[in-house]
Amino acid sequence: MIATAIGFLLNGRQVSLPPGTSPTTSLLDWLRGPGALPGTKEGCAEGDCGACTVVLEAGDGARTPINACLTLLGQVHGQAIRTVEGLRGADGSPHPIQRAMAESDGTQCGFCTPGIVMTAWAHAREGGEVHEALAGNLCRCTGYRPILDVFATLADDAAATPVLPAPQAACFEAPGQVFHRPVTLAALLALRAAHPQAWLLAGGTDLGLRVSDHRERPAEVICLLGVPELHALRAMPDGIEAGAAVPYARLLALFRQEPGFAPFATLLARLGSRQIRGLGTLGGNLGTASPIGDALPPLLALGASVTLASSRGTRVLAVADFLRGYRVNDLAPDEVVVSVSLPRPDPADIFVCEKISKRHDQDIATVGAAFRLRLASDRVAEAWLAFGGVGPMAARAKRAEAALAGRRLDADALEAAASALASDIAPLSDWRGTAAYRLMVAQGLLRRLHLRASRPDLPADVAGYDP
Amino acid sequence: MKGAGAALRHDSALKHTTGEARFADDLAEAAGTLHAALVLSDVAHGTLLSLDTEAARAMPGVVAVLGPRDIPGANDIAAIGQAEPLFADPLVEFAGQPLALVVATTRDAALLGAAAVRAGITPLEPVLSIERALELDQHVVAPQTMARGDAARAIAAAPRRMEAEFRAGGQEHFYLEGQVAIASPGEDGEIAVVASTQHPSEVQHVVARVLGGACNGVTVTCRRMGGGFGGKESNASWVAAAAALAARHTGRPVKLRLARRADMIATGKRHPFLYRWTAGFDDQGRVLGLQALLAADGGWSLDMSGGVVFRAITHALNCCDVADVSVTGCAVKTNTVSHTAFRGFGGPQGALLMEDVVHRIAAACRLPPEEVRARNFLGAAGKGEETPYGQKVEGDLIARVWAEAKRDSDWDRRRGEIAAFNATHPTLRRGLGSMVLAFGISFGVMHLNQAGALVHVYSDGSIRLAHGGTEMGQGLFVKVAQVVCDVFGVDLDRIAITATSTAEVPNTAPTAASTGSDLNGWAAHNAAQTIKGRMAEVAARRFGIAVEAVVFADNRVWAEQAGGNRFLEFAELAKLCFLERVSLSSTGFYRTPDIHWDRATMRGEPFFYFSYGAAVSEVIVDTLTGEHRCLRTDIVQDCGRSLNPAVDRGQIEGAFVQGMGWLTCEELWWDGQGRLRTVGPSTYKIPGSRDVPPIFNVRLLEGAPARSETIFRSKAVGEPPVLLAISVANALKDAIGVPALDLPATPERVLMALRGDGEKIARD
Repeated sequence: MIATAIGFLLNGRQVSLPPGTSPTTSLLDWLRGPGALPGTKEGCAEGDCGACTVVLEAGDGARTPINACLTLLGQVHGQAIRTVEGLRGADGSPHPIQRAMAESDGTQCGFCTPGIVMTAWAHAREGGEVHEALAGNLCRCTGYRPILDVFATLADDAAATPVLPAPQAACFEAPGQVFHRPVTLAALLALRAAHPQAWLLAGGTDLGLRVSDHRERPAEVICLLGVPELHALRAMPDGIEAGAAVPYARLLALFRQEPGFAPFATLLARLGSRQIRGLGTLGGNLGTASPIGDALPPLLALGASVTLASSRGTRVLAVADFLRGYRVNDLAPDEVVVSVSLPRPDPADIFVCEKISKRHDQDIATVGAAFRLRLASDRVAEAWLAFGGVGPMAARAKRAEAALAGRRLDADALEAAASALASDIAPLSDWRGTAAYRLMVAQGLLRRLHLRASRPDLPADVAGYDP
Repeated sequence: MKGAGAALRHDSALKHTTGEARFADDLAEAAGTLHAALVLSDVAHGTLLSLDTEAARAMPGVVAVLGPRDIPGANDIAAIGQAEPLFADPLVEFAGQPLALVVATTRDAALLGAAAVRAGITPLEPVLSIERALELDQHVVAPQTMARGDAARAIAAAPRRMEAEFRAGGQEHFYLEGQVAIASPGEDGEIAVVASTQHPSEVQHVVARVLGGACNGVTVTCRRMGGGFGGKESNASWVAAAAALAARHTGRPVKLRLARRADMIATGKRHPFLYRWTAGFDDQGRVLGLQALLAADGGWSLDMSGGVVFRAITHALNCCDVADVSVTGCAVKTNTVSHTAFRGFGGPQGALLMEDVVHRIAAACRLPPEEVRARNFLGAAGKGEETPYGQKVEGDLIARVWAEAKRDSDWDRRRGEIAAFNATHPTLRRGLGSMVLAFGISFGVMHLNQAGALVHVYSDGSIRLAHGGTEMGQGLFVKVAQVVCDVFGVDLDRIAITATSTAEVPNTAPTAASTGSDLNGWAAHNAAQTIKGRMAEVAARRFGIAVEAVVFADNRVWAEQAGGNRFLEFAELAKLCFLERVSLSSTGFYRTPDIHWDRATMRGEPFFYFSYGAAVSEVIVDTLTGEHRCLRTDIVQDCGRSLNPAVDRGQIEGAFVQGMGWLTCEELWWDGQGRLRTVGPSTYKIPGSRDVPPIFNVRLLEGAPARSETIFRSKAVGEPPVLLAISVANALKDAIGVPALDLPATPERVLMALRGDGEKIARD
C-alpha cells in the first residue's frame, strides 16, 4: 500500500498532515506556521546561518542536526524531528543544555540560540571537534567564546530513542504537485523514465534552496531517500562504494577510519556544516556538476567512477567523463546516479586535498584542489592534479601533470608544474576572488604540495599550526 | 540584593535557550493579517518611466500593489534633513531601491506578486566608486575640516615626509533577525506598529509622516531585536512605514519581513572609506604634521552619514596627538545603498587613519609601530593631552591600558619566539599586532543625548520598568533594571522588564552610540529616585525619623540602618503609600551635562567622557595562499566601574569578533552594474566559531571608575572594542612585513600585498 499523507514524529509525538499539504513546504515554514512552534528561527533561508537547526532523531539513537529551511516536508515523512520546544523535561523544566547556555552568557540577542541549542543537543551525543560541530551556526553577538565554553562541557542525556516505521512507498499530492517516495530501485527507475523533468531529491541541500530562498514550487519530485541501493556504503580492499544518496556525514565517518582516505576526510569536514553534511550527498554534488563542487577534485584525483542506471540498464563512467561542462553532466533524462566507486589510494601515493576560501569553515571554495602522485624510484610515475573553481568545471590540469611526469618531486619540478598550470586553467573573477588570485593560489597549492611532501615534520598550512 | 555591578545574566537568557523569547515574526498573527513584499530596482541609476503591476494584481492572493502615488502623506523616510523617498519617484538611485510594495494574503503570494511587477527604467550612468564621486565633486556630506595649527607648514618643515592612500571596506550588519514590522490599523486612523527597531520614536515619526498623520496616532513597540548593530536605527523606520502604508490601505494588519537577500540588498551598511594623507615626521617616528582626507561612501542619500563623518574626523587621531593637523571628512554620493549606522559609527574607520600613518612611518623609520604609536600618544613626552577639537583626554589611561595589554600578552617573549619561528618555517609567517583606543562617548548630534523612563511601583511592591532604550541583545534591559534595583534596594525578580513603547516613553533617542545604559540608566535612576523619595517620606513618618535616615536595602525599608530592628517590607511600604494616597509612579528624565559642539569652528567638548582599551593579537599567514588565522588576543578594556561585568565582557568579545570580521573575511562585492552580489551568508562570510582566537583573554580595566558623573561611574562598552580588532589587521601587516594593507584583509588582499607592495618595501 502506498502512503498518501505525510507523517512524522515531532518532539516525540506523531503528526499526520492533512491531505493536500504541499510536500515541498519547507519544514521551517511548516513549524513556524501551521506547526505553531516559532522557537525555530529563519535567519537566512539558505542553509548557512543555522538559526533553523532542528535535529533528526534516528532509530539507532543517532542525532543529526539539519537546517529546517532546506528540508521539505516530503523528506521528513517517516522520520523523527526534535525542535527547541521539545527539549524540556517531562516536568516542563528546561533541558540542562538550555540552562547551561543561559547561565554561561551564551546568549545575547537570542535569535541564533535555539539553533545552537539544537546543535549542542546533537553534539552532546555525537561528539567530535567543537568547531566542526558549530560551523553551521552563526552568532553575530557573542563572539562564540561563552558558547564554546558550554560546548566543552556537554553531557549526553538519556532521552528515549524514537521507534520509526519501516520505509514504505509513498506518493503525496497537492494542487499542482506530486511527490514520489519509491522504496525500490526498480520503482525509482520507472518513475524517472515516466517523469524526466521531476526533481531528483536526496538531501535537498541544493534543491531545498530553490524552495526556501527562491520560493519555487516544483510540480514533480522524486525523493531518493527510501531507495536502499542508493544508501549502501561499503568499504572494500580496493576502495569504497558509496550509494549516491549516502549523506556526507556517513561518508566522512567512514573516510576517517579507512586507510588512504584521511585527506578526503579533512576536506569533507569543511564541506558545508554538520547540518549540510547530514543531508547533502556525493550524488548531489555530481548531479549539479558545479564547477566548485568540493568533492569533485578528490573524485577526479582518485580516479573515481559513477554507476548510472535507468530502466534500459546500467553503465559505469569515470567521473572525468561524467562531468561534461559548466553544470552539465552525462546523465540521460531517464538515468539516476546509483553509486560512486572511490578507488583506495596506494599507501605509497601522495594524496592531498586542498580548499581555499575566505572562511575556513562552511564556505564555498575559491579554489579547490586534490593532488595524487605515484612515485617510482623517487620520480613521479603518475600525477593526478585536479582543480575546482578555476574553470567551467572541475577538471584535471593535464599540462601541469605532464610537467611533473618523470621528475623528482623537488621545488623545481613543482615550479614547472605551477608555470604549466597557467595554461591549464581559466579562472573567472567574482566575489570569491579575482582570476589573478585564483591562478596565484592554484600555483601556491602546488608549491604547498612540495612543502607537504618534503617537510612532513612542519605544519604546512595555517590550520595545521597549533599555537 | 544584586544591583549595579553584579554579573547578572541577560534577563531573557533562559527564554532565548528554550525558544520562548518572542521576536516580532514569532508573535501569533491576528486573523486577517496580510503579508507584504518589496519590489526592488535592479538598476543602479535611472528614471522610472513605468511600473507594470497588472500581472501582479491578477495573481492569486494579491490584495494591493502600492507605489508612491498611494502615499497619503509624504514620500519621505529620511531620518535627518533632505527628503529620502520610500519608493523611487521617478529617480532610481541604487540597485535595490524599493519601487513598490505588493500586499497579499500569504507571504509567498506577496513575493511572487513582487517578482511579477515590471519596472521600466531608463538607465543613467551610475557612479559606483568613491574616487569617481570625488572627481565629480558629488557629496551627501560636504567636505568639512577639523584643523589645529598649520599642518602644511609643519609637514614642510619636518625632517621627513610621506604620502599615502588606502581603503577600508563596508560591512553588512548581518543581524540574525532580518528587518520586520507588523502594522495594525485601529480606530480613528490609529496605527499600532510592532517593529524590530533601535529607534521606536523615529519609526513613529516616519510612519506618521508617510501616513500624513500625527505622532499621537502611532504607537510603536519593540520587546527585543535579534541583533541591531546600528542596522535597525534608520533602516527599521522605512520598513515599518511600508507596512503601515499597507495597513492603512487595506484596513488589515500587515507584516513586512524582509528575506535575507532583500535585507542585504535594500538596507544600508557600514560606510566604506577612502583615505589620502600626507604627514611630516622625524626619525624617531614622531608625527609633526598631518593632513588627511577621509572620504566615506555615503551611498545614494544622507541617512546618518553626517554623524558618521563627524565621528570619523574626531577619531582620526584616536589615541594619538599631532600638534599641527588638518583632517577633512566628507561622504560622497554614489549609486549604492545608503550607508548607515554600524557599531562604531565612523569611529573605527577614523581610527584606521592613524594606524596607517603609524605603521607606514614606523616602517620608514625602521621602528616598531608600537613604539611609534606610543611616542605619539596623547600625553606622551612632547605631546599634548587635548584633541584637535579642544577636548581633554586622559593620557594616563591611554598609557595604562597599553602597558597592561603589553604585559598581559607577554609581548617581549613572544616577539622573540615569533622571530625564531619565522626564520625557520619556509612558508608560514606569524605576526604580532596591537591597538590602543580612545573612543568618545555621547551622540555627536547633541540633542540626542537625552532619555526618559517610566517607573511604576504597584501596591504589592512589584515594580514595572519602562524606558526609551531598546534591547537588541546587548543586555541593556538588565543593566537598567540593576540600576533600579540599586535605588530601591530590591532584587531583580521584583522588576518587570517591559517592551519599549512610544506610548510609555515619548521622544526618545535611538539606542545607539553605546549610550544605552548611560542615558536610560540615569533616566530610570531619576524616576526611581523620585518614587523612592516619596516612599521614604511615608516611611520616615511611620518610623518617626528624618527622611534622610530611611534606608532601602535587602527588599526592605529600614529605620536608621539596614539590618536593624525596625523595618518595613518593601511591599508593605508600597501598600502604605497607596493607602496614604502617595503616587508610586514617576517619569524620569536625563540629559547629558556639559557637552557642546560648534559646527562652524569644529571645536568643542562633544563627548561626556572617553573609553579606553588596548589589544594585542597574533596571527599566522600562509605566504603561498594568503590564508590566515588569529591565534591569540589579549584585551584590556576600560568599562569604568562596570554595571555588569558579565554583560560587558560579552560586549567586548562580541564587538572584537565582529570587528575582526569587518577587517578580515567580510567583503561586500558589487558587480560592474552596481548590484550587490554578496547577498546571503553563503557569499558574505561573517566569523564562525573557529575564527575566534583560540587564546582569547579579555579583562576589564580595574580600579578605574569613570571620572565624569556617569551612572554609578560606569562606562559605555557597546562600540569601543570594535576598534580593538584593528590589532588583527596590524598583526597581519607585521606577519607579511608590509605596513600597507587595504581592508578587509581577505586571503586575496594579504597575498596581493605580499606579492606587490612587499617587493616595493624590500627595495627601499
